[in-house]
Amino acid sequence: MGQGAMDFPVIRSAGLDGMLVTFSEALTEPSNRGALAFCDAVKASGWPGVQETSTSLASVYIRFDAETLCHGALKDRLWTLLDQRDWTQAVLPPGRRFWQVPTVYGTDLAPQLGEAAAAAGLSEAEAIESLGSARVRVLTIGFAPGQPYLGPLGAEWNLPRQTELTPRVPTGALVLAISQFVLFATSAPTGWRHVGQTGFQGFQLGSQDPIALRVGDEMVFTPVSKSEYQRACAKDPHFGGASRAEIPA
Amino acid sequence: MSGLRVRRIGPLASIQDQGRAGQLQQGVSRGGAADFLALAEGAALLRQDASLAALELAGIGGLFEATGPVRIALTGAPMQTSLDGAALAWNASHQLQAGQRLEIGAPKKGLYGYLHLGGGIASEMLLGARAIHLMSGLGKAVAVGDLLPCGVDRGREVGLGLQAEDRFQGGVLRIVASFQSELFANDVRARFGATAFKRGSRANRRGVEMVSDGAGFTAAGQLKFLSEIIVPGDVQMTGDGKPFVLLREAQTTGGYPRIGTVLPCDLAKVAQAQSGTDLRFCWVSLEEGLAAQAKHDKQVKALPASCRPLLRDPAMMQDLLSHQLISGAVSADANPFDSTDNHSTDTNSGDIT
Repeated sequence: MGQGAMDFPVIRSAGLDGMLVTFSEALTEPSNRGALAFCDAVKASGWPGVQETSTSLASVYIRFDAETLCHGALKDRLWTLLDQRDWTQAVLPPGRRFWQVPTVYGTDLAPQLGEAAAAAGLSEAEAIESLGSARVRVLTIGFAPGQPYLGPLGAEWNLPRQTELTPRVPTGALVLAISQFVLFATSAPTGWRHVGQTGFQGFQLGSQDPIALRVGDEMVFTPVSKSEYQRACAKDPHFGGASRAEIPA
Repeated sequence: MSGLRVRRIGPLASIQDQGRAGQLQQGVSRGGAADFLALAEGAALLRQDASLAALELAGIGGLFEATGPVRIALTGAPMQTSLDGAALAWNASHQLQAGQRLEIGAPKKGLYGYLHLGGGIASEMLLGARAIHLMSGLGKAVAVGDLLPCGVDRGREVGLGLQAEDRFQGGVLRIVASFQSELFANDVRARFGATAFKRGSRANRRGVEMVSDGAGFTAAGQLKFLSEIIVPGDVQMTGDGKPFVLLREAQTTGGYPRIGTVLPCDLAKVAQAQSGTDLRFCWVSLEEGLAAQAKHDKQVKALPASCRPLLRDPAMMQDLLSHQLISGAVSADANPFDSTDNHSTDTNSGDIT
C-alpha cells in the first residue's frame, strides 16, 4: 500500500453508495471465512437502508441508500459489529454442499495442464494427484453468473495470470491461477490456465435453480479418463456426473 | 397482442430495463440500459413506470411495423425518425396505428437511442429482469422478424414532449475516491483530474476506454491485487495504465485496480460519448458527490411534471402561461437541466488527499 501497511479489518467506501469491509489484502482461509460470517451477520442485522450485501474473496460489500443511512452511521454500525468478535475464527455457515465433479485433466480437452504443472515444478502425474485430491471451497461467485472462485490451493499453485488471454475456454473449463481455480459457467476468454475440463454447468437459465453453487460450498475435481468423462456428460448433460451432498453443520 | 414487428435493425439493438440489482453474490451484474435517464424520460412521456423495458438502439436505428395500435416514446441519443414518411419529434410520445411503419435513422449525436412502448416491452423475464446481457448468456440481440410485444397499456395520452438533458457530447465526469484510490500516488490522482481525455475506440455496454497523451496511470503493485468487487462507474486501469470507465454491465469482480468511481448520474455521459468525444474527470468529495446525485434524482422524479404537449393547443396555453407566471424567470422553452452548475470544472482537485 502507498501509505504503509494497513491494519485489518479495514472499512472503506466503494463508490457513492457502497462500503467495503476487508479482512486481509491476501487471500487466506480465515479471511474468507471472516468475510462469509460477517456478511451473514450484516444481513441478519436488518439495518434499514441496506440494499445489498455480497462477499468477495476477503471482503464484504454493502450497498445502501445514502438518504436513509448515512456513511458515518453505517460505518459506526459496522465497527460495532466487527468488534463483537474475531470474525476470522468464525465457523462456516450452515447449508453448504459438497460436490464431487468428474474431471479430465490435460488431453486436448484441457491443453494447459502440462505448462501449469511445469510452472509449479511438478510432473503431470503429480499435478493431477495434487489438483484432483484438493478439497476446495467456493470463495466467491463472480465475474459472470454462477461462476465460482475456488481455493485456496497449495502455495506451489500460486502461478501468475498469463500475459496473453486464451481467446475462449468452454463452459465447464477448470482454470487455474494464484492458488485458485475458476470453474467457467459460460464460454469466455481468460488469462488463467486451462488445466481440467468438466461437464458442470454452473449457470442454467430456465432451470428451477439457475445458479447451482453457493458461496461456502466445497468441491473436489475427481480425475477421470476422457471416455469416463464423455459417458458422464452423456448421462448428465447439466452437471457432467457431479454428485452433491449436504455438509452437516 | 399489439406490438412492433422488426423489419430492419442494427446488430447490437437489445431490450433493456433497469437491470438486476441485488444479485452480485451470484455473480450477476446489474446491467440494464446504458442510459438510465432515457428510461425515466420515456416512462414520463408515456405516463408509466420507469421499470418497464424499452428497446435500446446502439448507434444504428431500424424499421418497425405496428401490428396494432401502439403508443411509443423516443428518448436518448436523438435520431432522425419518421412515421410512414412524416417526420416525428424526438423526446416525445406518439400514437401508431396497425400497419404504420416507424423508421429510425442513425444518431445525430450520442450513441444510444430508446424506443419505448406503451405498457413496456413484455419480453421474457430472465433472472428477474428483461434486460439482455449477452456476455452473461441472458437473452439475445433483437433481430429482423422479431415481435416486440406491448405489455398491458393503461395509458392513452400521446403527443407529449420534454426538454432532455444534453448528455450526448462528453464533458466533465465527476468522480469520487473509492477503496483502491490510495493505491495510486497523490500526484497520479491529481494528474488524472487534470488530463484531457477522449473516448477511445474500445467501448461497449460493459466499459469505455479513455485515451490521453502522456504517461498512463498506474498503481504500485498493479498486477498483484486480489480480485475485488466492481461497482458501476469504477475507473479501472489496465496493465499499461489506460483507464476504462466501467458501466453497469461490467463483470462483478476484477483484478485491475480502480482509481475512483464516476457518479451514477454522470454514467450516461460516458455511455453516450461517440468515439473521439472530449471528456475529463473532476474529483469531488463524497459529500459533493452525494449532493449532486440527490439533485439528479430529484430532477428525474420531476420528469413527469415537465412533459408538455407538443402542439400549441390553445386550450393548454392558459395553463402554460400560468405556469410561467408562477415560476417567474423560467421560460416555457428553458431546459430544466441547464442549471447544472455542479459540472463546473474548478472544483479543487486537492480534495483527493
